[in-house]
Amino acid sequence: MQEAQANLCPMMEAVDFSFTYPGASKPSLKGINLPVLENRITALIGPSGCGKSTLLRSMNRIHDLYPGCRYEGAINLRCENGEVKNILEWKKENDLIRLRQKVGMIFQKPTPFPMSIYDNIAYGLKLQGIRNRSELDERVEQALRDGALWNEVKDRLKDDARGLSGGQQQRLCIARSVALRPDVLLFDEPTSALDPISTVAIEEMIMELRNRYTICIVTHNMQQAARISDYTAFMYMGELVEYGETDTIFTNPREKQTEDYITGRFG
Amino acid sequence: MEKIFARLSWLSATTLLLVLLATLYVLYIQAKPAMNEFGWQFVLDPRWGVDVIVDETGNEVHGSHDEASDVDSGGVVRLDMGDDEDAIPMEDETATGQPELAEGDLDGEAIDEEIPMEDETATGQDELAGEAKTSNIRVVYGGLVPIVGTVLSTLIAMAFAVPLAMGIAVFLSEISIDGLKTPVGVAIELLAAIPSIIYGMWGLFFFGPLVAHVFGGSSVSLLVAGLVLGVMVIPFMAALSRDAINTTPNVLKESAYAVGATRFEVVKDIIFPYARTGILGSIIISLGRALGETMAVAFVIGGVYKLAEHITDPTISIPVALANNFAESSGLSLASLYYLAFILFVVSFVIIFTAKEFLLRRSKY
Repeated sequence: MQEAQANLCPMMEAVDFSFTYPGASKPSLKGINLPVLENRITALIGPSGCGKSTLLRSMNRIHDLYPGCRYEGAINLRCENGEVKNILEWKKENDLIRLRQKVGMIFQKPTPFPMSIYDNIAYGLKLQGIRNRSELDERVEQALRDGALWNEVKDRLKDDARGLSGGQQQRLCIARSVALRPDVLLFDEPTSALDPISTVAIEEMIMELRNRYTICIVTHNMQQAARISDYTAFMYMGELVEYGETDTIFTNPREKQTEDYITGRFG
Repeated sequence: MEKIFARLSWLSATTLLLVLLATLYVLYIQAKPAMNEFGWQFVLDPRWGVDVIVDETGNEVHGSHDEASDVDSGGVVRLDMGDDEDAIPMEDETATGQPELAEGDLDGEAIDEEIPMEDETATGQDELAGEAKTSNIRVVYGGLVPIVGTVLSTLIAMAFAVPLAMGIAVFLSEISIDGLKTPVGVAIELLAAIPSIIYGMWGLFFFGPLVAHVFGGSSVSLLVAGLVLGVMVIPFMAALSRDAINTTPNVLKESAYAVGATRFEVVKDIIFPYARTGILGSIIISLGRALGETMAVAFVIGGVYKLAEHITDPTISIPVALANNFAESSGLSLASLYYLAFILFVVSFVIIFTAKEFLLRRSKY
């Protein structure tokens, strides 16, 4: 594990990270140490309620929309100039907005905005301050091509995005995040609401994106984790049980718990 | 069992349709005399219960001395009425129409502007001998003043209520902390349950003078009526819009935040478009309520048959005209009131129908 990481530096890294939901007496995440390596796919697996989504949502501070969440420890993000910053120290709304543009997120269910296909992609770009029409057009087309959606929707960019199929909607949501050219993409069970064919399409897309982005994906589907990820972290009861190369985790896990989970003995 | 259930639900729906049609039919039959008498001109005629002199063929005599004096009389009445209201605002409620009568008598004109009740009893008796010899006298009822009053007061109400109600709804669903949501929400729902007459009394004794103090004019006026109407419909609109806004999935809002939107941008670009149908529905329901509101408006609109030249002038709306005069009317004035009611029915129906069709169909995109 150590040697594999040697020449890769983490894009994001959780260090002794703990998280407590508002009103909860005990933390939901305890002392997590997890690197998310640059241009690699890191999968988080574990039974329901183990805290994988909570961890993922901490990484772009979506939790902060609901007041009263408590963070401890640090989540470091490497910025453009190589400087490493602890995102938990950012307080201002502007900082959080910049963080969320750097660290994009795709949710379990497709969430097309109530606007046209074009505007769905252009929305985030406009929020970034891009007003130039031709630049917008170009970025939207590029994002839709990245999302393997361009050929399907190029004739109906002005149609309501909610008229697309579930799989198309999810690819649109991925394209929407990609359009912002983030550093990291967080996927929260992106295929659990989709049929097998759409799932394959999304998986292929994620593998494509791997070359340009750092990806962290939460999944309930262990085959999916085995298929697409480079590194896998197994979580249980709010703790990180084991982290390592996906091949190692699935063929020769160190921990008994991991083995039990992977072989379907619990969870 | 299945059949009975289907029949019952079918029956309920049909009953409602029949009641609707029956209402329209009765209004139409009762309004028929007035329709025959005045035709479509009714809608454009600002006079109510005014005697005019007609020649043998039934046309109004134009350009004569009488016609001119009619206008004069109206002008005088208008001015004097204004003074009266400024002096004793409260009396307008109880004494609607009486000052008009008094002024008319003082002017000594053949053509008086009178309240409808007087017209009924007085038609044909009260004419001055000189005029009666040469021509027939006909009482003219026109619906323009109440129609304009209704439309304007409703527009003012909507202009006032929509932004406030949206602010309340957004506050309750997005901005407010959890501890505050329930008490404020309950307070809004309680406000919606207050009978309209209480709003009317509050408007007359407190809100009207306040508005008059700020904007000038009398304490019963189109503006006060519109604002009181607005206050009345705000709780409805806010409560329904809040429910609509609350249907926006959290994950949709989160995805908008995840592409870097601020709270204002999420409300503007995501929540409002998503909840658009529900919000427009709440506005349309409130619009219907404002159009037909009687008691609260009767207290504060002034109840005088004249077009408001300024927003602070008193005027009248259709429901108020009906409520004030219905008990004392018969014959042509009753038919005219039915005509007004018919117009209100049709106008409400058309406004709500077009609003629904137009806005809701557009909201798909």
